[in-house]
Amino acid sequence: MTTEQVATISKLRHKDLLGIADLTPDEILLILDTAEAMREIGDRPIKKVPALRGKTVVNLFFEASTRTRTSFEIAEKRLSADTLNIAAQSSSLVKGETLVDTALNLEAMAPDMIVLRHAYSGACHLLSRICRAGIINAGDGMHEHPTQALLDAFTIREHKKRIAGLKVAIVGDLLHSRVLRSNVQLLTKLGAEVWVSGPPTLMPPGIERQGVRGTTSVDEAVEGADVVMLLRVQLERMQGAFFPSLREYFSVFGMTRDRLRRAKPDVIIMHPGPMNRGVEIDSEVADGPYSVILEQVANGVAVRMAVLYLLAGGAEHEAAA
Amino acid sequence: MKRLLKGGRVVDPANGRDGAFDILIDGERIARVGKDLPVDGARVVEVPAGFVLTPGLFDMHVHLREPGQEHKETVATGVASAVAGGFTAVACMPNTTPINDNAGVTEYILQKAAQANLARVYPIGAVSRGSNGDQLADIAELRAAGCVGISDDGRPVKTSLLMRRALEYAGMFNMPVLEHCEDPSLKGEGVAHEGYHASALGLRGIPAVAESIMAQRDIALAEMTGASVHICHMSAATSLRAVREGKRYGARVTCEVAPHHFTLTDESLATPVSYDTNMKMNPPLRAASDRDEMLKGIADGSVDVIATDHAPHHYDEKKMEFDLAPFGIVGLETCVSICFDRLVHPGVIRLPRLVELLSANPARILNVPAGTLSEGAVADISVLAPDLPVTVDPSRFRSKARNTPFGGWQLKGGVAATLVGGRTVYVNESAGGAERFE
Repeated sequence: MTTEQVATISKLRHKDLLGIADLTPDEILLILDTAEAMREIGDRPIKKVPALRGKTVVNLFFEASTRTRTSFEIAEKRLSADTLNIAAQSSSLVKGETLVDTALNLEAMAPDMIVLRHAYSGACHLLSRICRAGIINAGDGMHEHPTQALLDAFTIREHKKRIAGLKVAIVGDLLHSRVLRSNVQLLTKLGAEVWVSGPPTLMPPGIERQGVRGTTSVDEAVEGADVVMLLRVQLERMQGAFFPSLREYFSVFGMTRDRLRRAKPDVIIMHPGPMNRGVEIDSEVADGPYSVILEQVANGVAVRMAVLYLLAGGAEHEAAA
Repeated sequence: MKRLLKGGRVVDPANGRDGAFDILIDGERIARVGKDLPVDGARVVEVPAGFVLTPGLFDMHVHLREPGQEHKETVATGVASAVAGGFTAVACMPNTTPINDNAGVTEYILQKAAQANLARVYPIGAVSRGSNGDQLADIAELRAAGCVGISDDGRPVKTSLLMRRALEYAGMFNMPVLEHCEDPSLKGEGVAHEGYHASALGLRGIPAVAESIMAQRDIALAEMTGASVHICHMSAATSLRAVREGKRYGARVTCEVAPHHFTLTDESLATPVSYDTNMKMNPPLRAASDRDEMLKGIADGSVDVIATDHAPHHYDEKKMEFDLAPFGIVGLETCVSICFDRLVHPGVIRLPRLVELLSANPARILNVPAGTLSEGAVADISVLAPDLPVTVDPSRFRSKARNTPFGGWQLKGGVAATLVGGRTVYVNESAGGAERFE
């Protein structure tokens, strides 16, 4: 496909993917371009290439996750990596083992990469300082979820052929969202005009310093938007009284067909999932013609294959093999 | 035994002295201070040029962790750390295990301090039993056992009513209440200053107002009761504003600032290393505007004291996810160097003012016989080397703990020697000439 922005580099010189914050625009484009090539593998009758043969990848998930873990696992298997899954929320922590000790024990068995999902921000940074294995952040607390932002960008690029100059409105629980933080980093780096909207109680302090426009008016954010991305209201993080009720949230911030009329006619609707239907998004919108929500899921595999492949050495590795 | 410290610069603001004076020590006390004192059979210590003699420095906010948390620090290692940092006395907070809310714990701490026999230790007793904010501790008993102030440090005094009662009751003994200002509901699960950096890193914020709203409560109660409140480890510009205002209308309020709060900002959460748990303390590193305001308060006199909030933790405890690591850093062995490098050399304050902040004022606030080099006073003397180049090396700390954000920092100014009760308890071998104090 033709896009306006393509990478001018061919290698990712990183051991880890901790966040979009560490990537240059060129590196982001390289991952997206590589994902284009990876997606084709998923259309073959034999969905497997030997790129990561002999590499061991540990999926270390300290938080429940279906979509992200499955997506990583399929990506790893399509690249012929040896994968294992550790759902740690119920095992080591209960026994009192620290994250550092868990990681050092895994490290002793010499995995090549660790895909980490953790409830606390910065957990991946902690691991990257003590592990030789490459660390891929699959979501750390409220900090970043870089592969989600990459698959979102991939999906946007597929529909709009570009990212620079698009108006992207991100609406929902901004404060607790790692998807927001990664997307803001990525979209502003690639030149999109990013608007964020949600209740003032869920507006991250200093968000405008990241180069986005914040507004409590969903209508203002959606006006003329090319992309509308909804964020989940994280019911499990709602100990504080951030808004009066889910019903009121939906009436003020919920994305309805009516509200969407302000957007561009060819707007696309995105959601990182899992959705709360009738809270941040009306089912009519979620299931409507502009929704690309399931495409996001499909693209997640290709994007994660690209990340795994590039971190493992990319073309350099293939030449050696 | 007599020693005559000859020819050094003596900075003793309590007596209005700043110049070349001799100090004659007789046993535990200062016998005479003056120009060209006769030797009179004393052993003469020729003070090396460039050294400064000050009243013993007094850190009025440290955590010695004993009893109960000896894996972090003990009284013995804590006072060793103190004298290596130039401090001749410390006041230790009551959040030990058990809490220092009764004479038994106070006496235990004092016994350990007597055994260590280095810096003097002045315990702070709890405001409330178990520091749980429900019922006043036996404050008269604590005072009789040796406590010089009361605090529920680590947490605020729970209710306005209890704070009122504590001020009224402790006021009868002229003891201040030392307050950890923090509104628990505003702090919530916060781990870092609420602002851009915490937000970008996905860390829950502690707004500056969580501190200042409690400071305002306490200052209002101090005014009402006429008793003394001391605002611990102040970090927020809005708290300082409340203190300034309170002083103006006559409330008996004093405050302290820790070296990290006039040196670092919340930017340190992200650079040079992200999520460094040695940048996690409570109150948190604030915005640059707060840090600058602390410097202003130090310069203009509205800040009374520099205290370290020395909070040792075991390295296992700090080698955790940022959210799970405990709050706090050690401070005793870096304080003097930070103060010289960041306050005196850049001209924020002059040396006599630093001595007030580190010695005379904390002694006055806690009514402790320290902070002067008057004739007849105990010979607690800090020998400072303002131009000594210092590289902070945590592996050489006397403290059990290494949790400092200043590791590797190159600073100008340090400690040459420390004398407690006329006895040399610390000599810095890397300060040329300091061995003369042996």
